[in-house]
Amino acid sequence: MAKPMEEYTWRDLTVGNVVDEPGNSISYKTGDWKSQQPVFDESKCIRCAVCWNFCPDMAIYQKKDGYFSADLEYCKGCGICAQQCPSGCISMQEEVS
Amino acid sequence: MSNRIGMEVSLMVSEAVKQAKVDVIAAYPITPQTHIVEHLSELVADGELDAEYICVESEHSAMSACCGSSAVGARTYTATASQGLQLMSEVLYAAAPMRLPIVLTVANRTLSAPLTIWNDHSDIMANRDCGWIMVFVEDGQEDYDQTICAFRIAEDRRVLLPVIVNMDGFILSHVIEPYVPVGQEEVDGFLPPYDPLYTMHPDNPVTMGAFAMPELFTETKKAHEVALHESYNVICEIWEEWGKLTGRTYTPVEEYRTDDADTVFVTMGSFSGVVMETVDEMRENGINVGLVKIRLFRPFPVDDVISTLRKFKNVLVIDRTLSLGSIGGPLAVEIKSVMYNADAKPNIFDFIAGLSGRDVPPDQIAGIYHTAMDALKMGRWENYYMVGLRE
Repeated sequence: MAKPMEEYTWRDLTVGNVVDEPGNSISYKTGDWKSQQPVFDESKCIRCAVCWNFCPDMAIYQKKDGYFSADLEYCKGCGICAQQCPSGCISMQEEVS
Repeated sequence: MSNRIGMEVSLMVSEAVKQAKVDVIAAYPITPQTHIVEHLSELVADGELDAEYICVESEHSAMSACCGSSAVGARTYTATASQGLQLMSEVLYAAAPMRLPIVLTVANRTLSAPLTIWNDHSDIMANRDCGWIMVFVEDGQEDYDQTICAFRIAEDRRVLLPVIVNMDGFILSHVIEPYVPVGQEEVDGFLPPYDPLYTMHPDNPVTMGAFAMPELFTETKKAHEVALHESYNVICEIWEEWGKLTGRTYTPVEEYRTDDADTVFVTMGSFSGVVMETVDEMRENGINVGLVKIRLFRPFPVDDVISTLRKFKNVLVIDRTLSLGSIGGPLAVEIKSVMYNADAKPNIFDFIAGLSGRDVPPDQIAGIYHTAMDALKMGRWENYYMVGLRE
């Protein structure tokens, strides 16, 4: 969206509320829903990419050094990565804003 | 009048849809609507209508398919009734705010239970808040005319809303009436090909029917509500244009022999035929009554209703369904609500008649008048009366 949704008046909306700007969901940051965030202990990580595979929101990415991290602007804190990690390197911790 | 021909009203509707050159029809049969889509499927099969006819497995699917085809820019039509309309209900509420100009004929039929197939308005009144434009027709000619006008209204860039044309099941749908068809060239001139504002196309991707957070939803409802009310002027303009083309002009509210009347009946749909006949008879007996017909139900013609009904002392609304647990029928409840803000307030009576196709002959219409006059003499009356009810 061109501006935050709470700034739209009813007159600003397109006919039928059509989203006419393709791919704009990237600008819609959904990461503020979470109360916990994944924290990675790289000393235990075996770089198996299970967390990357299981993340339902594609919020986990591989860094240049081969280890993984979460994009906190999209991560919703569901904890699936921590549950699935076979080496126990991911822990869910209270989010510090 | 050389081109006046007799035809079953359902088939008149099919002919109007054919002349509107629809691209897609997605429909599921249900009495008393079936003849319309049955005839359309024949027209498609015989090559008389170049359209895609989609046989779906339910009315929910019919309206879903209609939404999809309308979203890609196809002129789209379907018809249903009663339980079928209820099965469509969820998708009706999607089509209107998505501003998809679908045209739907509802051959009004009572909702079960008890199981019944005959006519009243319980089906459409259960969906009256779905945000579509809604018209009620009186006879076959009007049904034909309004079906063609419905496409023009729905697709107008200033409107872009779906339209429901309500016809009373059996009373209209299965009756053979005379009508004057309009030439194809004239229809083509009146109804240009659909030029959609947005379409689903890979070259220009858009999202339709997206999610809205609480931060936006209130604004979307206001935008829809304003669009529906603003369609009023366009509807009047298009009906006037149709009048110039055919000599048959329609208005949202119409009056019959009201000039010197202090009491009027108010009807919607095919009731007006028998009421006009009764008005004529009563006038011969020296009772100066009149009739006010409501043709446009959504958007409700608030200003027209106030400026018309404020002139009379007594208003006798005839509803064709009961809003259970409320204070009468939905039309009367709406009229009472609208007239609350009028500078002159008539006495408003509500009569529930013709439920599930029960005949309402002229003597019962006259009886409505006498019931109201007796109540006036007594100085008190009920919220509503059920016509012909065995106590």
